[in-house]
Amino acid sequence: MTTPAAEERTGRGARDGARLFREWFADLTREAKPGEKTGYVFVMGSLVELLRAFDMRVVFPEITSLQTAVRKVSDEYLSLAEDHGFSPDVCGYVKADYALQLRRGDHPMGRIPPPDIAVLTNACNTYLKWAEIWERLHHVPTVTVDVPGSRGLPGSVRTSPEGHERDRRYVELQIRELIVELERVTGRAFDIDRLREVLGHTNAMGRAWRRMQELNRSRPAVYDAMLEGTIYLGVANAMRGTPEAARYFADLVEEMEEKAARGISPLVDREERHRLIFVGVPCYPIFRRFYQLFSEWGGVFVGSTYMWFASGGLNDDFEYDLAHPIESLAEGTLRGVTSAVDSMLFHDKVLLDAIDTFGADGVVYHPVKSCRTVSTGLADSRRAILEQRDVLCLYVESDMMDKRVVSEAQMKNRIDAFFEGLESRRLRLEAAT
Amino acid sequence: MGSPGTVPLLDLDLQGSVDAILADLREVVEDPTFPTVARWREGGGRVLGHFQVYFPEELAHAAGMLPVKVRGAAVERRSADSHFGSYICSILRSSLELALSGALRPDLFVTHPICDAARNLAAIYGRNVSAPAQILYLPQNANSAHAADYLSQEYRRVLGDIEGVVGRRVDDASLRRSLEVFNENRRLLRELYALKREMPWLLPVHEAYVLLAIGGLIQREEHNALLASLLPRLRERAHRPQDRMRVVFEGGFCEQPPLELLRAIAEFCYVVDDDLLIGLRWLTEDVPVAGDPVASLATAYLETSSYSPVQHDLRKPKERMLLERIRGAKAEAAIIAAAKMCEPGLDEQVAYAQALDEAGVPYFITEFEEQMTGFEHLQIQLETFVENLLFA
Repeated sequence: MTTPAAEERTGRGARDGARLFREWFADLTREAKPGEKTGYVFVMGSLVELLRAFDMRVVFPEITSLQTAVRKVSDEYLSLAEDHGFSPDVCGYVKADYALQLRRGDHPMGRIPPPDIAVLTNACNTYLKWAEIWERLHHVPTVTVDVPGSRGLPGSVRTSPEGHERDRRYVELQIRELIVELERVTGRAFDIDRLREVLGHTNAMGRAWRRMQELNRSRPAVYDAMLEGTIYLGVANAMRGTPEAARYFADLVEEMEEKAARGISPLVDREERHRLIFVGVPCYPIFRRFYQLFSEWGGVFVGSTYMWFASGGLNDDFEYDLAHPIESLAEGTLRGVTSAVDSMLFHDKVLLDAIDTFGADGVVYHPVKSCRTVSTGLADSRRAILEQRDVLCLYVESDMMDKRVVSEAQMKNRIDAFFEGLESRRLRLEAAT
Repeated sequence: MGSPGTVPLLDLDLQGSVDAILADLREVVEDPTFPTVARWREGGGRVLGHFQVYFPEELAHAAGMLPVKVRGAAVERRSADSHFGSYICSILRSSLELALSGALRPDLFVTHPICDAARNLAAIYGRNVSAPAQILYLPQNANSAHAADYLSQEYRRVLGDIEGVVGRRVDDASLRRSLEVFNENRRLLRELYALKREMPWLLPVHEAYVLLAIGGLIQREEHNALLASLLPRLRERAHRPQDRMRVVFEGGFCEQPPLELLRAIAEFCYVVDDDLLIGLRWLTEDVPVAGDPVASLATAYLETSSYSPVQHDLRKPKERMLLERIRGAKAEAAIIAAAKMCEPGLDEQVAYAQALDEAGVPYFITEFEEQMTGFEHLQIQLETFVENLLFA
């Protein structure tokens, strides 16, 4: 028998996540306090803990951009950017943000302040082109932190502890340079104890994040990694390093444990029939509908590479050493970005592991026009996975921002055919046993 | 049969006419079977293929390997397309096709995170081609005081992998000899481009391109001998100057426009500077031979180098660098091109256009693809652009 408290717990993650997001946008929208500065960062290697140690407001332009698509207005922003010369073939996030800057931060969820500094890593090359736009528009400093990731497929390139330490040391030296720049921009002295505090919150969040993913091995799964997972991902990035995020994920684990114990599926009105892995970035212009195209068939995304590469390394079983915060931040950044890039480029093994550990029946590849980091290797990855596992794969292309290349009818045909294949395979397997 | 380093890879009669030599070179540059690489292999040589834009070829050269610039080709893609989605540039596809078909299968393949698509090549090569494939992480934090040290160590790492392929150590003396060979090459290429700037009627862009591009397919000693022999003869050509507009071509840093497209541009314009295959001219000065040669190469990458949309350096804003290129070449206008689906190139077009507007420099924006075959439309547009300026 379920108690009212238990009922309250299930679904709490979605409700609280939405509330936290509204609060985040409200905080960005309010007038800046005297001397308060705003930093722009990206999800892969955000180094947001460092900016929080300077009590800066932090904008994640990937998140503000995708929200324009979720809110069904991305086309307005894309059109404005294209009127200014941007090609239809480049990243929609960049274009939406460019238009946002032209519109003085006007966003469907509030008003986004301009940057005083931008911090980025080389995890995505478009980050570099994007930051150059802010340099031109706002004449603000942009600091790129090089994070050398894996040099090849596992086993194909020599690796050594000395090589890893060289890379970590390079990241650390750049972080120390960044601290000097942040001191200059904010006019404040760096407080290492404040950084320790912030990193401690991330450590707590990371532990909960990994536990939450582990719980999705339950049958039925306890959340859909493409739908709810995207909400969790948003909170994990935008509120990383805050006590609110740490608390949110602690609550979320409690909710997921409850659901696992009681066998509560994220599918409301049907049973879980097919366990899927999602590879790529969701189709935000029709986000809810995109999810329904799978859920209507009893498909649940039990895992998602999006939750791996866009989680800022939270998947990696790593905690910051608070006794050595800067050195450890460098180690965490190196590992986090490496793991993110591996999840996009060299993800064969993690995908195979996920198929096995989550008991997946199928893999859905969703390459998007906007993101070549994520999408370039997916057709090839699909070939490799099909050779190594008896799963069905669906490869369906669209975009995460641009509804002009989202054809729902065609998508539905492909997805329906995929599920018909899964159903028939399931029947064959049941008959064989 | 001699050792790979001593056998000429080109079958040229250097005493023949300049036009005949250029025609022969063009055939080699456009030949999708890579005859110079095949000849190198026949001699038992090893090949390092490096994807655009820049690779420190001296490292491969010092190890006795042939460094080959992997820059795609206008080939029929029979296999590669099934390994990619829709929104991917042509050079990536054709470069993989060359490897899958065996036309260009290096013993070691190196790509760079120049763009989001190119960094994926290491994985795709790695899954489908038996030879090792890897990423060389060139620094994007060029303004860090520690970037040169990092890069030096990264070059040493790659050198270690090269040594693994050739099965021997590469000492600093060999590296210094290679620096000298490449310094001479850089000097000759600077001379080639000076000729384009000073007397562009003697060297149209498609011919200059052939002389540059062949360097990515042969040993640098042979390239040096070729350039040293041809440069004085090019200056003696009987071509007369014509009333053509002096332009800079920008947008050839990675995927290469077809030679016919360059020839079509040359019908109306003198291309007095460009960024075609800029990686071959990335280092703008001699690299010091004294001291640690690898550290010198790393420092040169950051400190005495050109620019491209795929390198971020606060000291080199691309639009300012383009304006300097235009002014340095005394160009009257610019052709701002980008390969289809090339995100860095397309993004940069916006910044270039804004900067050129502000500077009052006329420009012509276009897109191209290495596989394109029809140029009439482009010719008409370009002709109109030029006439508008001439008769304004």
